[in-house]
Amino acid sequence: MTRFLIRRLAILLPTLLFVSIIIFGLQQLLPGDPAIAMAGEERDPQAIADIRAKYNLDKPIWVQYGLWIGGILQGDFGESIRIQLPVSQLLLEKLPVTIELAIVSMLIALAVGLPAGVISALHNGRWPDYVANVIGLWGLSTPNFWLGIMMILLFSVHLGWLPASGYVSPMEDLWGNLQAMIMPAFVLGTGIAAVFMRHTRSAMLQVLASDYIRTARAKGLYERVVIGKHAFRNAAVPVITLGALEFGQLLSGAVLTEQIFSIPGFGKLIVDAVFNRDYAVVQGVVLCTATAYILLNLLADIAYFLVNPRLRS
Amino acid sequence: MKKTALAAIAAVLVLGAGGASAQTLKFGLAEDPDALDPTLARTFVGRLVFSALCDKLVDISPDLKVVPQLATEWKWSADNKSLTFKLRPNVTFHDGEKFDAAAVKYNIERHKTMQGSQRRGELSAVTSVEVVDPLTVKLNTSAPFAPLLATLTDRAGMMISPKAGQALGDKFATAPVCAGPFKFVERVAQDRIVVEKYDGYWNKANVHFSRIEFRPFIDATVRLANLRSGQLDFLERLAATDAKAVQKDSKLKFASITEIGYYGITINIGKSEKSKTSALGSNPKIREAFELSLDRNGINKVVFDGLATPGNQWVAPNSPYYAKSVPVPKRDVAKAKALLKEAGNPNPVVNLVTPTTTDASKIAQVVQAMAKEAGFDVRIQATEFATSLNMADKGDFEAYILAWSGRPDPDGNLYSFHACKQPLNYSGMCNPALDEVLNDSRLTTDMTQRQAAWDKAAKIVSAERPIIYLLHRKWLYAHRAKLTGFKEYPDGLVRFVGMKM
Repeated sequence: MTRFLIRRLAILLPTLLFVSIIIFGLQQLLPGDPAIAMAGEERDPQAIADIRAKYNLDKPIWVQYGLWIGGILQGDFGESIRIQLPVSQLLLEKLPVTIELAIVSMLIALAVGLPAGVISALHNGRWPDYVANVIGLWGLSTPNFWLGIMMILLFSVHLGWLPASGYVSPMEDLWGNLQAMIMPAFVLGTGIAAVFMRHTRSAMLQVLASDYIRTARAKGLYERVVIGKHAFRNAAVPVITLGALEFGQLLSGAVLTEQIFSIPGFGKLIVDAVFNRDYAVVQGVVLCTATAYILLNLLADIAYFLVNPRLRS
Repeated sequence: MKKTALAAIAAVLVLGAGGASAQTLKFGLAEDPDALDPTLARTFVGRLVFSALCDKLVDISPDLKVVPQLATEWKWSADNKSLTFKLRPNVTFHDGEKFDAAAVKYNIERHKTMQGSQRRGELSAVTSVEVVDPLTVKLNTSAPFAPLLATLTDRAGMMISPKAGQALGDKFATAPVCAGPFKFVERVAQDRIVVEKYDGYWNKANVHFSRIEFRPFIDATVRLANLRSGQLDFLERLAATDAKAVQKDSKLKFASITEIGYYGITINIGKSEKSKTSALGSNPKIREAFELSLDRNGINKVVFDGLATPGNQWVAPNSPYYAKSVPVPKRDVAKAKALLKEAGNPNPVVNLVTPTTTDASKIAQVVQAMAKEAGFDVRIQATEFATSLNMADKGDFEAYILAWSGRPDPDGNLYSFHACKQPLNYSGMCNPALDEVLNDSRLTTDMTQRQAAWDKAAKIVSAERPIIYLLHRKWLYAHRAKLTGFKEYPDGLVRFVGMKM
């Protein structure tokens, strides 16, 4: 286990370096000049030249990359061309919001998706299975932006129960924070819950048909133990991988959902940054997200170890 | 007993009064502004925020006349080469510093010299700023330059505290200090910008909100949902398709005014080699046929729900500066066909670069359908906005749908687009006769003479068609019905002084 961890951590740095080169390179392929995008409709040539000089856009690309990566090693992510604030400040402002949204959405997804998957597998081909499947398919096929707008119209405009937008930090006002978070988290969570439900169901069906479950039942174990200890733990392995991937995706920012509920997280940040050719911000967000993905995958691997004794040997 | 009752009533009254004056205006913006520094800023939403933060030397009235703000009066010299302002006495910046002639000098010089300044071009005519006395300042120009006064109604005329400007340098946007009705409190990028009433404001009796919270909502439907649910009190840029619903809603009010900008199709008539190979760029007859094939009212109906103003010049037909001698041409498909036949090209191909914004894409589709009836084969090149600007800059286009936000002085909609080799002259128009007329309009401050020059310019431009002007959008607003004192201005900005709820 320790050797495994060390090995995994050792490839973290080269992976990130590789990712940073890819991000930087891909950015350059984006058509449109950031200085011109920044200069806006007036396009004063002197202003454009000033911007190029200030943000090193007039230097060769490898020099730009060197300056950027050198800065990051010293904790300096550069400055947003558009709003002229340090990228690190923007990342630190948005990261807690995105993490909170990801966690709440994930909890909703787990709380709905896993039991639904187990129940529908246990009642395979009977009405609880059909109900879970219909709800699951609905969750999968409903676009987030549509569900989001419908929820705003119902709960904010007509009923007036929840605010349509207006993120508040949980440190400031926990209740206000939950009120603002519940709709976006539900929108995001239902989509993922459906994925969980489908995967849990098929994994459970597979496991339930295997010999050792029949043996366990034949030994006269309680059904609760058979399902909970023997079947579910084995069925959980693919779901853990899936969970890590989904969580990583949530951390990269729920672009549409954040836009609709005006949640100031990574999704809003990166969309604006891409449109404004705000390179430093795009690079900062992608690098953060890539790091999160790698770490989450590592956590998923550790979780395999914990649920699956066979991997430990 | 009586005493307690009286005290209770008094307390209620005091609290009630306190409540009324401690009111927050929640304002929905269509996007997150850029840097809050008048020298560096360039977005429209940024100007909406500045209108709370930073007063200008002069402002415009709803009918586009220049009116006093931080300057109470002004006068051009006899040779029109200097403009002298008398400043409003007893004005202070949000940090308590005095606003005077030296501050004006500092600001104009900052606009002219700061690295990355977006104001340099606007103020290029100003050669020096003289402090005549503490409340009199004189701007000298290299040559007569009539548009200067109107330029100072926007960011070039905004005054920041020299002390804060020197202390913060290029980080001024992180904590802007100006002389407007509200002072800066905080900004959380992409979430909110908060300002609060400045007690030392020169016109504070007419400021009725204690705070304004600006919040960006990119999606117009979401913006409106937030107004309906009470998260907002006011929103800018209502979607045209929602206008009817807002008008029907008794809790909301709808407001609109024609913009000073325009939507048009810029045609490459000489910017690059492409102008020589394209049908539109190389043959004025084909350009005329193209314009005749378009029905501006139809575009207005389909794209803007009839809420725009069709037009054929850089200012709208209802503007005081419109050249009435050049009216909006009617659609004439038969004549367009005849012209194409005459030109020996009955089915010209037009590659139309179209930014991927909703309005521009819809306009392109309607133009495509209309022009087809006359025989044109319009091919839409949907291009992301920043990229399309690059293409325009390089002359890598035949025709390009472009909007311009507009300036209060018509010169700002005209000179840089049509005078030879100017930065925004994407069409490559270069006509000595037009250049002469355009320069004439800058030399005199006499409005009759300037209008005569613009009338001549309208004749030349409408004949050559470097830009086929299509229409002028309206600024659409929605706000709570109980909000009063809002007045529309053609620059689309909101004057917060005088508004209450």
